[in-house]
Amino acid sequence: MLSVADLTVWFGQEPDRVTAVHGATFDLAQGESFGLVGESGSGKSTILRAIAGLIPGWSGRITVDGRDQRADRRDRAFFRTVQMVFQDPYASLHPRHSVDAVLAETLRLQGMDRIDQRIVKLLDDVGLGRGFRFRYPHQLSGGQRQRVAIARALAAEPRLLLLDEPTSALDVSVQAEILNLLADLRDEHGLTYLMVSHDLSVIAHMCDRLAVMQRGRIVEILPAANLRAGQGAQPYTTHLIEASAGYRPEARP
Amino acid sequence: MTEPLLSVRDLRVTFPTRQGEFQAVRGIDFDLGRERLGVVGESGSGKSMTGRAILGLVRPPGRVEAARMELEGQSILNLPDRQMRAIRGGRISMVMQDPKFSLNPVMTVGQQIIEAYRLHARAPRAAARDKALQMLEAVQIRDPERVMDSYPHQVSGGMGQRIMIAMMLAPDPQILIADEPTSALDVSVRTEVLHIMDRLVRDRGMGLIFISHDLNLVAQFCDRVLIMYAGRVVETLPARDLHRAQHPYTRGLLNSLPRLDAPVARLPVLERQDSWKEN
Repeated sequence: MLSVADLTVWFGQEPDRVTAVHGATFDLAQGESFGLVGESGSGKSTILRAIAGLIPGWSGRITVDGRDQRADRRDRAFFRTVQMVFQDPYASLHPRHSVDAVLAETLRLQGMDRIDQRIVKLLDDVGLGRGFRFRYPHQLSGGQRQRVAIARALAAEPRLLLLDEPTSALDVSVQAEILNLLADLRDEHGLTYLMVSHDLSVIAHMCDRLAVMQRGRIVEILPAANLRAGQGAQPYTTHLIEASAGYRPEARP
Repeated sequence: MTEPLLSVRDLRVTFPTRQGEFQAVRGIDFDLGRERLGVVGESGSGKSMTGRAILGLVRPPGRVEAARMELEGQSILNLPDRQMRAIRGGRISMVMQDPKFSLNPVMTVGQQIIEAYRLHARAPRAAARDKALQMLEAVQIRDPERVMDSYPHQVSGGMGQRIMIAMMLAPDPQILIADEPTSALDVSVRTEVLHIMDRLVRDRGMGLIFISHDLNLVAQFCDRVLIMYAGRVVETLPARDLHRAQHPYTRGLLNSLPRLDAPVARLPVLERQDSWKEN
């Protein structure tokens, strides 16, 4: 479904060029969920943004559904296959567009027909229902906004979703609802997920395999089961698992 | 526990809205000793507002009322600004969530710490500078001389938060209110910052109010936990017993967390009940 080979991503021009990702390589099978974990600045979100075509400066190879992607732009077919959900549902929805306007615009851009029925179906799919159709973002909670953002991503009927920390701005009880929704949608629509999170337990819950990143490089790729068992091949993975396990008081003399 | 540092009874924070009055905090009681007290709850549960009310940071038209709010026996409820300023930062300090927004971007780190310290300690500039260096060392900043002359954008998030802690602790407060002090930090930096706070609390006998949404962290870091829901405390228990909590809200929160050691196919979803809002 997605193949990334030797992906290097940079920002800026020489001599101020900063390389954020160095030679990342991984593949996602159709229907698989793959996680990217790491601390801030490790390059995990940068990989997602490069795949989505939001960053012009990259080299290497990105292949989506068998088609190589060009560096500078993505075509219509790409956006019918790949959609993205962003971290902050407070920033990713236009404050003066109603839910209806957001979804209708996306559907029209994708050249869809029967827009009215599709909007109702999308709202049902993400568990909001038609009562939310004419609301504005400020009338919605964080979890409801994230549902709208997911509905917008689903409007194109994509097969691959890029999920950039989709629940890190939400309370834990709402996080549980959104993770369950994402799991249901994956089953119903046969979606493939590429998910970024700093929370190892969220990734272990959602994904089959994951890549651990540090300072722009993939340290290792391992099955989620190994993560749960605390079995990383690299010291950095083990360190990350231990640090995530919570707080341990330091030994006192 | 010895005599409480801070004693709060029936604390209420009210805001007028177009639909009538809204109570963000609805009558909470607690005592703080020389301990680490965790306050957990979801957004809107009133946990941050409780911290702000203690420091007199609720702006009009918001109102703070309480049957009692005492710092070592002295009432600090709705003190005049002038008196409150002497307490705030001097005897009770606060560390906020994100150092990016709490440090002044156009002052060097050193200037800020020195200013904060001199406001309360009335020390000469040279002594304040020594104190600032000493505090930066206490929060384990290597090369404090260099950091003193840096601007906030030149330091990392974890270092920014340590600088905030250094600044807040310079006047030797009796109580530190930390509002999500590690939420913006990476896990490995988080542990360091917590170790520093822990050490300072123990060595100086400070009282710490640790406001957080992270139940597991609070269970491991604090001595005692208050669980807040809709402006009330629904349950108080020793932190080590958090996983044996009785209240359905606390249980629901704990269950809704995905866990590395216990995989589930579906996460249990919290079913809220109106009765939790009552006493």
